[in-house]
Amino acid sequence: MRHLLYSILLIVAIAAAAFTIVGIPGHLSRKPPLEVFPDMDRQAKLRPAQPFDFFTNGLSSQLPPAGTVVRSSPVKTLNGEVYSYQDVPFNTGRVTGTTNFVALNPLPVGSALLQRGRGQFDIYCAPCHGGLGDGNGITKKLGVMPAVISLHDKRIIEMTDGEIFNTITHGKGLMGAYGPTVTAQDRWAIIAYTRALELSRLGSPDELSAEQRAALKK
Amino acid sequence: MIFPKWTNQIPFLIPIGLALVGGAVAAGVTVYCTPKNTRVGYQPVQPVPFSHAVHAGQLGVDCRYCHSTVEKSWFSSIPAASTCMNCHSLILKDDPRLALVRESFTNNTPIPWVQVHIVPDYVYFNHSVHVARGFSCVECHGRVDQMDEVHHAKSLSMSFCLDCHRNPAAFIRPPGKVTDLGWQWSTNAAEAAKLQEVNGKNFVHDWRVESLQSCSACHR
Repeated sequence: MRHLLYSILLIVAIAAAAFTIVGIPGHLSRKPPLEVFPDMDRQAKLRPAQPFDFFTNGLSSQLPPAGTVVRSSPVKTLNGEVYSYQDVPFNTGRVTGTTNFVALNPLPVGSALLQRGRGQFDIYCAPCHGGLGDGNGITKKLGVMPAVISLHDKRIIEMTDGEIFNTITHGKGLMGAYGPTVTAQDRWAIIAYTRALELSRLGSPDELSAEQRAALKK
Repeated sequence: MIFPKWTNQIPFLIPIGLALVGGAVAAGVTVYCTPKNTRVGYQPVQPVPFSHAVHAGQLGVDCRYCHSTVEKSWFSSIPAASTCMNCHSLILKDDPRLALVRESFTNNTPIPWVQVHIVPDYVYFNHSVHVARGFSCVECHGRVDQMDEVHHAKSLSMSFCLDCHRNPAAFIRPPGKVTDLGWQWSTNAAEAAKLQEVNGKNFVHDWRVESLQSCSACHR
Protein backbone atom coordinates (compact mmCIF):
# COMPACT_ATOMS: atom_id res chain seq x y z
CA MET A 1 0.00 0.00 0.00
CA ARG A 2 2.85 2.34 0.82
CA HIS A 3 4.35 1.83 -2.64
CA LEU A 4 1.08 2.81 -4.29
CA LEU A 5 0.94 5.96 -2.17
CA TYR A 6 4.52 6.81 -3.10
CA SER A 7 3.94 6.29 -6.79
CA ILE A 8 0.82 8.49 -6.73
CA LEU A 9 2.81 11.17 -4.89
CA LEU A 10 5.56 10.85 -7.49
CA ILE A 11 3.12 11.30 -10.38
CA VAL A 12 1.53 14.33 -8.67
CA ALA A 13 5.01 15.80 -8.14
CA ILE A 14 5.91 15.27 -11.81
CA ALA A 15 2.61 16.80 -12.92
CA ALA A 16 3.15 19.81 -10.63
CA ALA A 17 6.67 20.25 -11.99
CA ALA A 18 5.41 20.00 -15.58
CA PHE A 19 2.64 22.50 -14.81
CA THR A 20 5.14 25.00 -13.42
CA ILE A 21 7.17 24.71 -16.60
CA VAL A 22 4.36 24.91 -19.20
CA GLY A 23 2.07 27.23 -17.22
CA ILE A 24 -1.69 27.85 -17.34
CA PRO A 25 -3.12 26.89 -20.74
CA GLY A 26 -3.56 29.91 -23.00
CA HIS A 27 -1.53 32.30 -20.85
CA LEU A 28 0.07 35.34 -22.49
CA SER A 29 3.43 34.51 -23.96
CA ARG A 30 6.03 36.25 -26.10
CA LYS A 31 7.09 32.97 -27.64
CA PRO A 32 5.70 32.14 -31.11
CA PRO A 33 3.38 29.12 -31.30
CA LEU A 34 5.17 25.79 -31.36
CA GLU A 35 4.84 23.99 -34.68
CA VAL A 36 6.14 20.43 -34.45
CA PHE A 37 6.11 19.60 -38.17
CA PRO A 38 6.11 23.01 -39.87
CA ASP A 39 6.88 21.72 -43.37
CA MET A 40 3.23 21.65 -44.41
CA ASP A 41 2.11 24.54 -42.23
CA ARG A 42 4.77 26.81 -43.68
CA GLN A 43 5.14 26.07 -47.36
CA ALA A 44 7.65 27.49 -49.82
CA LYS A 45 5.23 30.16 -51.04
CA LEU A 46 4.74 33.83 -50.35
CA ARG A 47 2.01 35.53 -48.44
CA PRO A 48 1.40 39.28 -48.62
CA ALA A 49 3.58 41.65 -46.59
CA GLN A 50 6.04 39.11 -45.30
CA PRO A 51 9.83 39.25 -45.06
CA PHE A 52 11.47 37.93 -48.24
CA ASP A 53 15.18 38.28 -48.92
CA PHE A 54 14.96 37.82 -52.67
CA PHE A 55 14.06 41.47 -53.23
CA THR A 56 16.39 44.23 -52.09
CA ASN A 57 13.73 45.84 -49.91
CA GLY A 58 13.19 42.51 -48.17
CA LEU A 59 9.42 42.36 -48.74
CA SER A 60 7.21 39.74 -50.37
CA SER A 61 4.75 42.40 -51.61
CA GLN A 62 6.32 44.60 -54.26
CA LEU A 63 4.99 47.88 -55.58
CA PRO A 64 3.85 47.52 -59.19
CA PRO A 65 6.22 49.06 -61.79
CA ALA A 66 5.31 52.55 -62.98
CA GLY A 67 2.59 52.53 -65.61
CA THR A 68 1.05 49.24 -64.47
CA VAL A 69 -2.62 48.99 -65.36
CA VAL A 70 -4.97 47.51 -62.79
CA ARG A 71 -6.85 44.48 -64.06
CA SER A 72 -10.38 45.28 -63.12
CA SER A 73 -13.94 45.01 -64.27
CA PRO A 74 -15.44 48.18 -65.74
CA VAL A 75 -17.56 50.49 -63.61
CA LYS A 76 -20.92 51.68 -64.91
CA THR A 77 -21.02 55.49 -64.94
CA LEU A 78 -23.57 57.87 -66.45
CA ASN A 79 -21.35 58.05 -69.56
CA GLY A 80 -21.06 54.31 -70.06
CA GLU A 81 -18.61 51.76 -68.70
CA VAL A 82 -15.12 52.94 -67.78
CA TYR A 83 -11.91 51.19 -66.74
CA SER A 84 -9.60 52.36 -63.99
CA TYR A 85 -6.79 53.37 -66.38
CA GLN A 86 -8.91 55.69 -68.56
CA ASP A 87 -8.68 59.48 -68.47
CA VAL A 88 -12.31 60.02 -67.56
CA PRO A 89 -14.01 62.12 -64.87
CA PHE A 90 -14.71 58.97 -62.84
CA ASN A 91 -10.96 58.38 -62.35
CA THR A 92 -9.63 61.93 -62.27
CA GLY A 93 -12.48 64.20 -61.24
CA ARG A 94 -11.62 66.30 -64.30
CA VAL A 95 -13.23 66.76 -67.71
CA THR A 96 -11.39 64.44 -70.14
CA GLY A 97 -8.37 66.13 -71.73
CA THR A 98 -8.58 69.26 -69.58
CA THR A 99 -7.69 70.29 -66.04
CA ASN A 100 -11.22 71.53 -65.33
CA PHE A 101 -13.09 69.76 -62.57
CA VAL A 102 -16.39 68.12 -63.42
CA ALA A 103 -19.41 69.69 -61.82
CA LEU A 104 -21.34 66.56 -60.98
CA ASN A 105 -20.90 63.01 -59.76
CA PRO A 106 -20.36 60.66 -62.73
CA LEU A 107 -22.11 57.80 -60.93
CA PRO A 108 -25.89 57.40 -60.94
CA VAL A 109 -26.88 58.53 -57.44
CA GLY A 110 -29.42 56.30 -55.72
CA SER A 111 -30.09 55.04 -52.26
CA ALA A 112 -27.55 52.20 -52.59
CA LEU A 113 -24.76 54.65 -53.45
CA LEU A 114 -25.78 56.97 -50.61
CA GLN A 115 -25.81 54.10 -48.13
CA ARG A 116 -22.39 52.99 -49.32
CA GLY A 117 -21.20 56.59 -49.07
CA ARG A 118 -22.51 56.86 -45.54
CA GLY A 119 -20.63 53.72 -44.45
CA GLN A 120 -17.40 54.87 -46.06
CA PHE A 121 -17.79 58.43 -44.75
CA ASP A 122 -18.20 57.12 -41.21
CA ILE A 123 -15.01 55.08 -41.55
CA TYR A 124 -12.63 57.45 -43.30
CA CYS A 125 -14.01 60.99 -42.87
CA ALA A 126 -15.90 61.03 -39.57
CA PRO A 127 -12.79 60.77 -37.33
CA CYS A 128 -12.00 64.39 -38.25
CA HIS A 129 -15.00 65.86 -40.09
CA GLY A 130 -17.50 64.31 -37.67
CA GLY A 131 -20.46 62.08 -38.43
CA LEU A 132 -22.53 65.15 -39.41
CA GLY A 133 -19.75 66.68 -41.48
CA ASP A 134 -19.55 69.71 -39.20
CA GLY A 135 -15.89 69.24 -38.33
CA ASN A 136 -16.60 67.93 -34.83
CA GLY A 137 -14.87 64.57 -35.09
CA ILE A 138 -12.92 62.82 -32.38
CA THR A 139 -9.75 64.75 -33.28
CA LYS A 140 -11.55 68.04 -32.59
CA LYS A 141 -12.86 66.77 -29.24
CA LEU A 142 -9.34 65.85 -28.18
CA GLY A 143 -8.04 69.13 -29.55
CA VAL A 144 -5.25 67.42 -31.42
CA MET A 145 -6.05 68.42 -35.00
CA PRO A 146 -6.13 72.15 -35.65
CA ALA A 147 -8.71 73.62 -38.01
CA VAL A 148 -10.79 70.77 -39.39
CA ILE A 149 -13.07 72.22 -42.03
CA SER A 150 -16.83 71.92 -41.72
CA LEU A 151 -18.34 70.40 -44.84
CA HIS A 152 -21.24 72.81 -44.40
CA ASP A 153 -18.94 75.74 -45.22
CA LYS A 154 -20.11 77.82 -48.17
CA ARG A 155 -16.77 77.14 -49.86
CA ILE A 156 -17.34 73.36 -49.77
CA ILE A 157 -20.99 73.61 -50.78
CA GLU A 158 -20.03 75.64 -53.83
CA MET A 159 -17.09 73.39 -54.67
CA THR A 160 -17.58 71.13 -57.69
CA ASP A 161 -17.87 67.38 -57.11
CA GLY A 162 -14.71 66.96 -59.18
CA GLU A 163 -12.66 69.20 -56.89
CA ILE A 164 -13.87 67.33 -53.79
CA PHE A 165 -12.89 64.10 -55.55
CA ASN A 166 -9.45 65.56 -56.17
CA THR A 167 -9.10 66.58 -52.51
CA ILE A 168 -10.10 63.13 -51.23
CA THR A 169 -7.78 61.43 -53.71
CA HIS A 170 -4.66 63.53 -53.20
CA GLY A 171 -5.28 65.24 -49.88
CA LYS A 172 -5.05 68.95 -49.25
CA GLY A 173 -3.43 71.06 -46.57
CA LEU A 174 -3.31 68.96 -43.42
CA MET A 175 -5.52 66.22 -44.86
CA GLY A 176 -3.76 63.13 -46.18
CA ALA A 177 -4.47 61.37 -49.47
CA TYR A 178 -7.27 58.81 -49.39
CA GLY A 179 -6.86 57.67 -52.99
CA PRO A 180 -4.68 54.70 -52.00
CA THR A 181 -7.15 53.28 -49.45
CA VAL A 182 -10.60 54.28 -50.73
CA THR A 183 -11.63 53.07 -54.21
CA ALA A 184 -12.76 55.62 -56.79
CA GLN A 185 -16.30 54.24 -56.60
CA ASP A 186 -16.37 54.71 -52.83
CA ARG A 187 -14.91 58.22 -53.14
CA TRP A 188 -17.80 59.20 -55.42
CA ALA A 189 -20.20 57.54 -52.99
CA ILE A 190 -18.71 59.63 -50.17
CA ILE A 191 -19.19 62.78 -52.26
CA ALA A 192 -22.83 61.90 -52.90
CA TYR A 193 -23.35 61.37 -49.17
CA THR A 194 -21.55 64.64 -48.36
CA ARG A 195 -24.03 66.44 -50.63
CA ALA A 196 -26.86 64.73 -48.74
CA LEU A 197 -25.37 65.92 -45.44
CA GLU A 198 -25.15 69.46 -46.79
CA LEU A 199 -28.70 69.32 -48.04
CA SER A 200 -29.85 68.31 -44.57
CA ARG A 201 -28.94 71.81 -43.39
CA LEU A 202 -29.75 73.73 -46.57
CA GLY A 203 -33.22 72.38 -47.20
CA SER A 204 -36.44 73.92 -45.95
CA PRO A 205 -39.44 72.10 -44.49
CA ASP A 206 -41.41 73.04 -47.63
CA GLU A 207 -39.43 70.50 -49.64
CA LEU A 208 -40.68 67.63 -47.50
CA SER A 209 -43.79 65.65 -48.24
CA ALA A 210 -46.86 66.24 -46.07
CA GLU A 211 -46.22 62.94 -44.24
CA GLN A 212 -42.60 63.82 -43.44
CA ARG A 213 -43.65 67.26 -42.18
CA ALA A 214 -46.22 65.68 -39.91
CA ALA A 215 -43.52 63.35 -38.55
CA LEU A 216 -41.28 66.35 -37.87
CA LYS A 217 -43.90 68.07 -35.72
CA LYS A 218 -44.16 65.12 -33.34
CA MET B 1 12.51 -17.32 -1.10
CA ILE B 2 14.08 -15.56 -4.10
CA PHE B 3 11.43 -12.87 -4.64
CA PRO B 4 10.10 -10.85 -1.67
CA LYS B 5 6.39 -11.06 -1.03
CA TRP B 6 5.46 -7.61 -2.43
CA THR B 7 6.47 -8.69 -5.91
CA ASN B 8 3.17 -10.57 -6.04
CA GLN B 9 1.46 -7.16 -6.47
CA ILE B 10 3.44 -6.23 -9.61
CA PRO B 11 0.89 -7.64 -12.10
CA PHE B 12 -1.74 -5.33 -10.57
CA LEU B 13 0.53 -2.30 -10.12
CA ILE B 14 1.78 -2.22 -13.72
CA PRO B 15 -1.64 -1.60 -15.34
CA ILE B 16 -2.53 0.95 -12.66
CA GLY B 17 0.74 2.78 -13.21
CA LEU B 18 0.35 2.67 -17.00
CA ALA B 19 -3.21 3.98 -16.75
CA LEU B 20 -2.10 6.86 -14.53
CA VAL B 21 0.88 7.80 -16.71
CA GLY B 22 -1.09 7.32 -19.92
CA GLY B 23 -3.96 9.41 -18.59
CA ALA B 24 -1.62 12.19 -17.55
CA VAL B 25 0.10 12.21 -20.95
CA ALA B 26 -3.24 12.20 -22.81
CA ALA B 27 -4.60 15.01 -20.66
CA GLY B 28 -1.38 16.99 -21.03
CA VAL B 29 -1.37 16.63 -24.82
CA THR B 30 -5.05 17.57 -25.09
CA VAL B 31 -4.62 20.70 -23.02
CA TYR B 32 -1.14 21.81 -24.03
CA CYS B 33 -0.48 20.54 -27.55
CA THR B 34 -3.64 21.86 -29.24
CA PRO B 35 -4.04 25.35 -30.71
CA LYS B 36 -6.12 26.34 -27.68
CA ASN B 37 -2.84 26.51 -25.80
CA THR B 38 -0.14 26.70 -28.48
CA ARG B 39 -1.66 29.69 -30.27
CA VAL B 40 -3.90 31.38 -27.70
CA GLY B 41 -2.06 33.94 -25.65
CA TYR B 42 0.68 34.58 -28.23
CA GLN B 43 1.56 38.23 -27.74
CA PRO B 44 4.70 39.20 -29.63
CA VAL B 45 6.57 42.44 -29.01
CA GLN B 46 5.74 44.74 -31.92
CA PRO B 47 8.31 47.15 -33.39
CA VAL B 48 5.96 50.09 -32.78
CA PRO B 49 3.93 50.08 -29.53
CA PHE B 50 0.61 50.64 -31.32
CA SER B 51 -2.39 50.35 -29.01
CA HIS B 52 -5.63 49.05 -30.52
CA ALA B 53 -7.31 49.88 -27.20
CA VAL B 54 -6.56 53.57 -27.74
CA HIS B 55 -7.27 53.80 -31.47
CA ALA B 56 -10.18 51.41 -31.94
CA GLY B 57 -11.57 51.46 -28.40
CA GLN B 58 -11.07 54.92 -26.95
CA LEU B 59 -11.05 56.98 -30.16
CA GLY B 60 -13.59 54.77 -31.93
CA VAL B 61 -11.69 54.58 -35.21
CA ASP B 62 -13.29 51.90 -37.41
CA CYS B 63 -11.16 48.80 -38.05
CA ARG B 64 -11.41 49.47 -41.78
CA TYR B 65 -9.78 52.90 -41.54
CA CYS B 66 -6.47 51.01 -41.35
CA HIS B 67 -7.36 47.49 -42.50
CA SER B 68 -8.97 48.90 -45.60
CA THR B 69 -8.87 45.85 -47.87
CA VAL B 70 -10.78 43.56 -45.50
CA GLU B 71 -14.06 43.99 -47.41
CA LYS B 72 -12.53 43.41 -50.83
CA SER B 73 -9.71 40.95 -50.42
CA TRP B 74 -8.97 37.59 -48.83
CA PHE B 75 -6.18 39.38 -47.00
CA SER B 76 -6.80 42.07 -44.42
CA SER B 77 -4.11 44.63 -45.13
CA ILE B 78 -1.68 46.12 -42.65
CA PRO B 79 -1.85 49.90 -43.15
CA ALA B 80 0.88 51.74 -45.00
CA ALA B 81 2.82 54.29 -42.97
CA SER B 82 0.97 57.00 -44.91
CA THR B 83 -2.25 55.90 -43.18
CA CYS B 84 -0.62 56.47 -39.78
CA MET B 85 0.74 59.80 -40.97
CA ASN B 86 -2.76 61.03 -41.89
CA CYS B 87 -3.01 61.87 -38.20
CA HIS B 88 0.53 61.47 -36.87
CA SER B 89 1.97 64.12 -39.15
CA LEU B 90 0.35 66.41 -36.56
CA ILE B 91 -0.34 64.28 -33.49
CA LEU B 92 2.76 63.14 -31.52
CA LYS B 93 4.79 64.18 -34.51
CA ASP B 94 8.14 64.04 -32.69
CA ASP B 95 7.35 61.11 -30.41
CA PRO B 96 10.25 58.61 -30.32
CA ARG B 97 7.76 55.69 -30.28
CA LEU B 98 6.74 56.66 -33.82
CA ALA B 99 10.29 56.97 -35.18
CA LEU B 100 9.94 53.77 -37.23
CA VAL B 101 6.68 54.99 -38.76
CA ARG B 102 8.21 58.30 -39.82
CA GLU B 103 11.23 56.49 -41.23
CA SER B 104 8.95 54.14 -43.15
CA PHE B 105 6.96 57.10 -44.47
CA THR B 106 9.97 59.06 -45.73
CA ASN B 107 12.23 56.20 -46.92
CA ASN B 108 9.56 53.72 -48.00
CA THR B 109 11.03 51.01 -45.76
CA PRO B 110 8.78 48.33 -44.28
CA ILE B 111 7.91 48.29 -40.58
CA PRO B 112 8.70 44.78 -39.31
CA TRP B 113 5.32 44.10 -37.68
CA VAL B 114 5.01 40.61 -36.22
CA GLN B 115 2.00 38.72 -37.53
CA VAL B 116 -0.06 37.37 -34.63
CA HIS B 117 -2.88 35.50 -36.37
CA ILE B 118 -1.46 33.26 -39.01
CA VAL B 119 -3.25 30.10 -40.15
CA PRO B 120 -1.28 27.25 -41.73
CA ASP B 121 -0.42 27.65 -45.41
CA TYR B 122 -2.86 24.90 -46.41
CA VAL B 123 -5.78 26.93 -45.05
CA TYR B 124 -7.31 29.46 -47.44
CA PHE B 125 -9.31 31.88 -45.32
CA ASN B 126 -11.05 34.73 -47.11
CA HIS B 127 -11.76 37.84 -45.03
CA SER B 128 -14.05 39.61 -47.51
CA VAL B 129 -16.66 36.85 -47.77
CA HIS B 130 -16.98 36.56 -44.00
CA VAL B 131 -17.11 40.30 -43.32
CA ALA B 132 -19.60 40.97 -46.13
CA ARG B 133 -21.98 38.31 -44.79
CA GLY B 134 -22.03 39.68 -41.26
CA PHE B 135 -19.36 37.73 -39.38
CA SER B 136 -17.62 40.11 -37.06
CA CYS B 137 -13.89 40.55 -36.59
CA VAL B 138 -14.48 39.71 -32.93
CA GLU B 139 -15.45 36.10 -33.67
CA CYS B 140 -11.88 35.20 -34.64
CA HIS B 141 -9.78 38.01 -33.18
CA GLY B 142 -11.49 38.67 -29.83
CA ARG B 143 -11.88 42.11 -28.29
CA VAL B 144 -8.95 43.71 -30.09
CA ASP B 145 -10.47 47.10 -29.22
CA GLN B 146 -9.61 46.38 -25.59
CA MET B 147 -6.07 45.13 -26.19
CA ASP B 148 -3.13 47.44 -25.71
CA GLU B 149 -0.92 44.79 -27.20
CA VAL B 150 -2.68 42.36 -29.50
CA HIS B 151 -2.65 38.73 -28.44
CA HIS B 152 -4.05 35.61 -30.05
CA ALA B 153 -7.45 35.29 -28.35
CA LYS B 154 -9.15 32.40 -30.16
CA SER B 155 -7.68 29.07 -31.15
CA LEU B 156 -8.37 29.31 -34.91
CA SER B 157 -8.14 25.52 -34.96
CA MET B 158 -10.12 23.47 -37.47
CA SER B 159 -12.75 22.62 -34.87
CA PHE B 160 -13.05 26.33 -34.11
CA CYS B 161 -13.84 27.02 -37.79
CA LEU B 162 -16.27 24.10 -37.94
CA ASP B 163 -18.16 25.25 -34.84
CA CYS B 164 -19.30 28.24 -36.88
CA HIS B 165 -19.53 26.53 -40.27
CA ARG B 166 -21.92 23.98 -38.79
CA ASN B 167 -24.08 26.63 -37.18
CA PRO B 168 -23.51 30.07 -38.75
CA ALA B 169 -26.87 31.34 -37.45
CA ALA B 170 -25.45 31.46 -33.94
CA PHE B 171 -22.70 33.92 -34.95
CA ILE B 172 -24.09 36.03 -37.81
CA ARG B 173 -24.96 39.68 -37.19
CA PRO B 174 -26.09 42.70 -39.24
CA PRO B 175 -23.20 43.50 -41.64
CA GLY B 176 -23.19 47.12 -40.49
CA LYS B 177 -22.18 45.98 -37.01
CA VAL B 178 -19.27 43.80 -38.11
CA THR B 179 -16.57 46.18 -36.88
CA ASP B 180 -18.50 47.17 -33.75
CA LEU B 181 -16.78 44.58 -31.59
CA GLY B 182 -18.82 45.13 -28.43
CA TRP B 183 -22.15 45.02 -30.29
CA GLN B 184 -24.92 42.74 -29.04
CA TRP B 185 -28.58 42.29 -29.96
CA SER B 186 -29.64 43.38 -26.50
CA THR B 187 -28.06 44.10 -23.14
CA ASN B 188 -30.34 41.44 -21.72
CA ALA B 189 -28.56 38.11 -22.32
CA ALA B 190 -31.75 36.03 -22.63
CA GLU B 191 -33.32 38.45 -25.08
CA ALA B 192 -30.08 38.69 -27.07
CA ALA B 193 -29.95 34.91 -27.41
CA LYS B 194 -33.56 34.85 -28.59
CA LEU B 195 -32.98 37.62 -31.17
CA GLN B 196 -29.82 35.85 -32.36
CA GLU B 197 -31.79 32.66 -32.90
CA VAL B 198 -34.65 34.32 -34.80
CA ASN B 199 -32.59 36.79 -36.85
CA GLY B 200 -29.64 34.45 -37.32
CA LYS B 201 -31.80 31.89 -39.09
CA ASN B 202 -33.34 34.56 -41.32
CA PHE B 203 -29.99 36.13 -42.17
CA VAL B 204 -28.47 32.77 -43.10
CA HIS B 205 -31.45 32.02 -45.34
CA ASP B 206 -31.89 35.47 -46.88
CA TRP B 207 -28.24 36.11 -47.65
CA ARG B 208 -27.70 32.52 -48.76
CA VAL B 209 -24.85 31.91 -46.36
CA GLU B 210 -23.40 28.62 -47.53
CA SER B 211 -20.91 27.89 -44.72
CA LEU B 212 -19.43 24.96 -46.63
CA GLN B 213 -18.13 21.96 -44.77
CA SER B 214 -16.45 20.31 -47.75
CA CYS B 215 -12.68 19.93 -47.46
CA SER B 216 -12.03 22.04 -50.55
CA ALA B 217 -13.86 25.03 -49.07
CA CYS B 218 -10.76 25.78 -47.00
CA HIS B 219 -8.09 23.37 -48.27
CA ARG B 220 -6.98 23.48 -51.89
